[in-house]
Amino acid sequence: MIRVISDPFDPGAELSAFEKEASGAGAIVSFVGKVRAAAGGDSVKALCLEHYPGVTEQSIAEIENKARERWEIDDALIIHRVGELAPGDTIVMVCVASRHRREAFEAADFLMDYLKTEAMFWKKEIREGGAVWIEPRHADYKDAARWNESGRDDEEE
Amino acid sequence: MMARILFFGKLADAAGGRSRDLSLAPETQTIDDLVSALSAKEAALASALNENSVRFIVNEMIASRDAAISDEDEIAFLPPVSGG
Repeated sequence: MIRVISDPFDPGAELSAFEKEASGAGAIVSFVGKVRAAAGGDSVKALCLEHYPGVTEQSIAEIENKARERWEIDDALIIHRVGELAPGDTIVMVCVASRHRREAFEAADFLMDYLKTEAMFWKKEIREGGAVWIEPRHADYKDAARWNESGRDDEEE
Repeated sequence: MMARILFFGKLADAAGGRSRDLSLAPETQTIDDLVSALSAKEAALASALNENSVRFIVNEMIASRDAAISDEDEIAFLPPVSGG
């Protein structure tokens, strides 16, 4: 299930509900992403996330489909917040249920790498020193490239 | 009918707004033509829209720069995305 929401959510409650739904799976991996309190040596006051309703959900569905082509996933949950968030707020949650743990770990890792670089969100950090639009770092693209068919990324930083 | 133009992320800053409704000139047949028309009038948009990293969506589908557009379309300009 994919949810793009502006209201805060409770990751613990979401995981409990997901566990019930995915009964029968041998492994459940969950990841919770939080808004960092500092960036580039500057303190972050807020994070503003923008999305394109309909299109953003579709872009996440495509990422989930890619994961499902690669691993045997019983169930997946992706929750992403939009709007204004404060440091410490939960911004994203990914849960994957599968038969065995390796698949669940890898699929959750893959989903996060692609949520960072391909899902249609635009992120602005409101720092002490002003507002900055955030684009994926080289390291983020490199993380996503790890999953390419060749499985190799020999490029040096 | 008017075309609905959407600007996301930093492109909205360059455009001075997230959306505008526009009656396309007869010579504006493609996204590329639209970029040229917008660029001719607004310097901030000219540099922002011509970056290689900008992607285009027409009626909620990814489109190429030579995609045909009309006054009935919703056309979106997207800078690099960043989630998570």
